Amino acid sequence: MTAGTLNTSTTRWSAASGSNRTRSLWLAGLVVLLALFVVLSVTVGTRDVAWADVVAAVGGAQDTIGRAAVALRIPRTLLALLAGGALGLAGAIMQGVTRNPLADPGILGVNMGASLAVVVGVAWFGMSSSYAYIWTAIVGAGAAAIFVYAIGSLGRGGATPLKLALAGAATSVAFASLVIAIVLPRGDIAGGIQSWQVGGVGGATYERLVPVLPFLLAGFAISLLSARKLNSLALGDELAAGLGENVAVARAVASLGAILLCGGTTAVCGPIGFLGLVVPHVCRLLVGVDHRWLLPFSTLGGACLLLAADVLGRIVARPAEIDVGIVTALIGAPFFIWIVRRQRVKDL
Amino acid sequence: MQSAAIDVVITNRRGRARRYAVVLAVLLALVAAIFAVTLSIGKTITPPAEVLRVLLGEAVPGADFSVGQLRLPRAVLSVLAGLCFGLGGVAFQVMLRNPLASPDIIGITSGAGAAAVFAIVVLSMSGPMVSVFAIVAGLGVAMLVYGLSFHNGVAGTRLILVGIGVSAMLQSVIAYILQSAPAWSLQEAMRWLTGSVNGAQLDQALPLLLALLVFGGLLVSRSRDLDALRLGDDMAAALGTRVAQTRMLVIIAAVGLIASATAATGPIAFVAFLSGPIAGRIVKNDGSLLIPSALTGAVLVLAADYIGQHLLPGRYPVGVVTGALGAPYLIYLIIRVNRIGGTL
Repeated sequence: MTAGTLNTSTTRWSAASGSNRTRSLWLAGLVVLLALFVVLSVTVGTRDVAWADVVAAVGGAQDTIGRAAVALRIPRTLLALLAGGALGLAGAIMQGVTRNPLADPGILGVNMGASLAVVVGVAWFGMSSSYAYIWTAIVGAGAAAIFVYAIGSLGRGGATPLKLALAGAATSVAFASLVIAIVLPRGDIAGGIQSWQVGGVGGATYERLVPVLPFLLAGFAISLLSARKLNSLALGDELAAGLGENVAVARAVASLGAILLCGGTTAVCGPIGFLGLVVPHVCRLLVGVDHRWLLPFSTLGGACLLLAADVLGRIVARPAEIDVGIVTALIGAPFFIWIVRRQRVKDL
Repeated sequence: MQSAAIDVVITNRRGRARRYAVVLAVLLALVAAIFAVTLSIGKTITPPAEVLRVLLGEAVPGADFSVGQLRLPRAVLSVLAGLCFGLGGVAFQVMLRNPLASPDIIGITSGAGAAAVFAIVVLSMSGPMVSVFAIVAGLGVAMLVYGLSFHNGVAGTRLILVGIGVSAMLQSVIAYILQSAPAWSLQEAMRWLTGSVNGAQLDQALPLLLALLVFGGLLVSRSRDLDALRLGDDMAAALGTRVAQTRMLVIIAAVGLIASATAATGPIAFVAFLSGPIAGRIVKNDGSLLIPSALTGAVLVLAADYIGQHLLPGRYPVGVVTGALGAPYLIYLIIRVNRIGGTL
């Protein structure tokens, strides 16, 4: 990795925004925002439901259509919370592990790898249980991550941010094309095409949510616990090794956490891109680059953004809905372009 | 002594010209052969004599419909779209000196596709108007990508990454429009996701042919300048090429080709991306890549459509076949580019 291409994290280390006090204030603000979006996500939808009915539905009543509609929104909100948190955190981990400002589970092809693995499992091996989905997605995510990293680090200079992003984006395009090739001709599974092309949280049920929970929780735990190791890695491999860190192990463990999070999320929601790119960058502006703060912030921020995107998708196209994967791409892609423009680019 | 050296140069040049002519002839023969096979061998086999009689406008019972109405429009549209994609793709790749800078990766195809879908679904346009709309949108996207990647000069890598970002947004737009048009059949949706020549009509071919003649002619007439651009901007300028003007013309012509083809058949996956490098392998340094690449595009679309229709267990639209072929090649190319840092 060349030093010149990564000017963001090192300079801001010293200028980390504010003290622990301001960070705590930001944290409180983020929690309040999250609560607000949760309330919005339960109350706002295609169907207008009176406040009393919403309260009754949250209490478990499902006797009118309005209440039943709200009851459907609850698992959806939970899924958005989990998926958003997982993707935000995974993005922060990937940016830390690869020391690459362009890293994101969507851009690096990890989500599409999970998607492709599930599609292959369903189309060719008749896979149908949700546990099989999840395992396959996680294996696919892991394989894609290793594959992209291997391609990106070929040649001189190792895994520079741009080579890695290019390898990831191209792999993602290739995988997406293979997904279409496998799914489209199969009438029996083609109904779900959209969900393997564009991620969404609509149609969430507790039955789909529960199996993935242990994987996501394990992913959250591993990822959040690797904050200190990521801080060492940010100093560069030599310095980290000098501080007594086993660099390879630290990378592998943190990546495992991110892969569990991405694979689990993609198994339930389909590929959702760009969230993991935007959230850590914004959080870094708020709290600086200390991963002990950045990781929890990215988790909360990811959950906030995904909920907001989901609510937005329900509002703007009433009475239809826009899948949250479309909304995140429309928000996130300009952000991606902005970061690409800021980078000092060396031609390949 | 000197004359011997000149003789060597002359023989070399003649050899190159001969090889180039052979390549062109072989590619042309290949296009013609697959075209003929497409016309005569489908679910039923029509003897060549009957195919010829249909083509000459005679009424042949039985063959009239299957050849004249089904196979001919399909084959004609495949050839034209293939030529357009191959030519437009290689123009971008040569101009930007990077095989990854093909229109289907940097978002121009998605832009034209999104515009076409929007024109058809939301504005309920049809016919040539859709093509015009797609061309304008494609040009807009090309300018946007080019402008956004301009930062102390355009670096190829930055342009590709910006293009990928823009492409992701446009894909989302296509997905959204398709999603919100529930009455659409899967077949139609498929056309705009991967490209297909199903349900081709002969009158679709006319605007495409026109675009090919105008924009293709423009490109081929500037092929010397385009080849000079391969050597780098400074070298090209030293050789007497007006770099900025050539680049602008090439962008307009290539976008026109890609967008017209996309409006007719949808974004047939990876044809624009694959044709140039394949042609490059065949032609080596013997001459301009433009025409070989266009012919390669036609071969790819014709062959992939035939494979998708008749040689596989199910019936697949052409874009699915080219997508499955192109994806591994894209990955291979990334590996190669990263390893040796080379270009086309």
